[in-house]
Amino acid sequence: MIATLRAELGKLLTTRLWWVLALIMIGYVGFTAGLLAGLFGALGDQLGGQAGAPQLPPEAIAPVVYSTVTAVGYVFPLILGTLAITSEVRYQTLTPTFLAQPKRGRVLAAKLMVLAAAGAVFGVIGLVAAMGLGAPILTATGTDAALDASDTWALAGRIVLAMALWAVVGVGVGSLIPNQIAAIVVVLAFTQFVEPILRFGTSIWEWTASVGRFLPGAASDALVGSSVFTAFGIGGGSVEMLEWWQGGLVLLALAVVVAIAGYLTSWRRDIT
Amino acid sequence: MRTRTNIEFRNLTKNFGAVHAVSDVSFTVEPGRVTGFLGPNGAGKTTSLRMLLGLVRPTSGTATFGGIEYRNLERPLATVGTALEASSFNPGRTARNHLAVYAIAAGIARKRVGEVLELTGIAEAADRRVGGYSLGMRQRLGLAFALLGDPEVLVLDEPINGLDPEGIRWIRGLLQQLAAEGRTVLVSSHLLSEVQQTVERVVIVSHGRIVYEGTLDALESAATAIVDAPDRDALRTALEAAQLVVTETDAGLVVSAASADIGAIAQRAGVPLSLLHAQRAGLEDVFLQLVGPGTGVGA
Ligand SMILES: Nc1ncnc2c1ncn2[C@@H]1O[C@H](COP(=O)(O)OP(=O)(O)O)[C@@H](O)[C@H]1O
Ligand SMILES: [Mg+2]
Repeated sequence: MIATLRAELGKLLTTRLWWVLALIMIGYVGFTAGLLAGLFGALGDQLGGQAGAPQLPPEAIAPVVYSTVTAVGYVFPLILGTLAITSEVRYQTLTPTFLAQPKRGRVLAAKLMVLAAAGAVFGVIGLVAAMGLGAPILTATGTDAALDASDTWALAGRIVLAMALWAVVGVGVGSLIPNQIAAIVVVLAFTQFVEPILRFGTSIWEWTASVGRFLPGAASDALVGSSVFTAFGIGGGSVEMLEWWQGGLVLLALAVVVAIAGYLTSWRRDIT
Repeated sequence: MRTRTNIEFRNLTKNFGAVHAVSDVSFTVEPGRVTGFLGPNGAGKTTSLRMLLGLVRPTSGTATFGGIEYRNLERPLATVGTALEASSFNPGRTARNHLAVYAIAAGIARKRVGEVLELTGIAEAADRRVGGYSLGMRQRLGLAFALLGDPEVLVLDEPINGLDPEGIRWIRGLLQQLAAEGRTVLVSSHLLSEVQQTVERVVIVSHGRIVYEGTLDALESAATAIVDAPDRDALRTALEAAQLVVTETDAGLVVSAASADIGAIAQRAGVPLSLLHAQRAGLEDVFLQLVGPGTGVGA
């Protein structure tokens, strides 16, 4: 099992995919975090004074800026995990993989573990980008960057955990939808389109909101405890978000369910 | 002394839905010589080999290494070296890393990677991404993967495809050397001429069934005759009832049997003949007759 783990780590590190995705994520998360920090920092005072403007207490600004790692960046570990499986299908490297390790379940288990670690590393990289750009801008605009607050580092820990879980979900998605193009289309359509619409739609009534909070993105936001999408408490009425650990469990359950479904359907198929 | 391992196919059968890819194939491959696994495209060679390697689940039957299924081998890559037809590489990974990843997975010493790269003559290109490799270089990398574990058994699917003449000569020498060292070597090809000088024994498949198993010498001397009758259908029925392989051509029926036997069968069946002509065919002709008309090309 150790050998299989090391081999899977080797596979991940010997193509350009991981650092290309990491670079794009750094740019995207850094830009978003910097933008939000600038916006809230500069406009915070004016907004606060106006009735009817979205209210964001000053101590919530830094978490919203830092949680852009997950709020906009979770799609990167998700795609990394998905491609870890679908590229093997696409390039037919499942053949040498299963020749070297005929126990297919072990290969999938090793991928889940390696990608969990990779997702955590993506979380750390994302935090460096979000804090590296967000904190100086917050400070410059006179808002507390809260880098010495223990709450901030607890938030960072939950962000890293959420990113790890998203990569694991990606492995599950890839094993369930082995076709690379189909898998990427599904991931992008769901995360960028279907889920946002569903989250907004379900937030209109209370009874749908109590279902909508179990959507993966909502669960991820609950785990992290902060998100630019939920910061203003749009809709949902009195329905509370999930507890942070409940959100984590929802993501974990999703990952486990898709991975098991993928194992039972496509992973055991004939390799021709 | 290296361990000697037979490859054993026992009533191996695979259906893909309605497609009978492999039907009741049984044969044994012994160590110490190169065995050819021949048949036209679509005959079921790759499917048989993939079942042997645990990549495709048989509909029924077994394929083992001395009774042990591939997935139950203690050290699969160190027991069986495999190069399968479809080149399976991530184009973004270098050849060295490609081999290193599977060496790690199989617990093979890292320095073996450099050795097989040298052995297969691609050491100079080893740190280039495989995406830029020619077909011949990919074949060599496939062979490097097969040799990684210094295995007792080699299973190679169409390894000669895409090699240049120098490469073909090299691989022929390599295969014979590996067999001479006491290893079990099974090599598939859709061209008899490709392996003619290399193999001693052949197993020929057509439409998923074995149509010949034996030495090349015996194959060459296999008698065939062309025979015809005004009532061709009756003749065909009689010959087939006698378990002969009959192939219909414009000129008549091509039958793999001696003319005297054919004459006797026709007489017993009461079918008057219009033509009976013994043929002394070359190896390639025998091969083509065995695998039947219209199967030389296609899927
Ligand atoms: N995954 C598959 N699904 C359906 N049919 C298949 C599949 N793989 C192979 N076949 C069919 O099985 C037959 C044997 O194919 P194959 O084993 O590749 O032959 P060969 O290697 O001798 O050229 C062919 O008719 C082929 O089309
Ligand atoms: Mg083939």
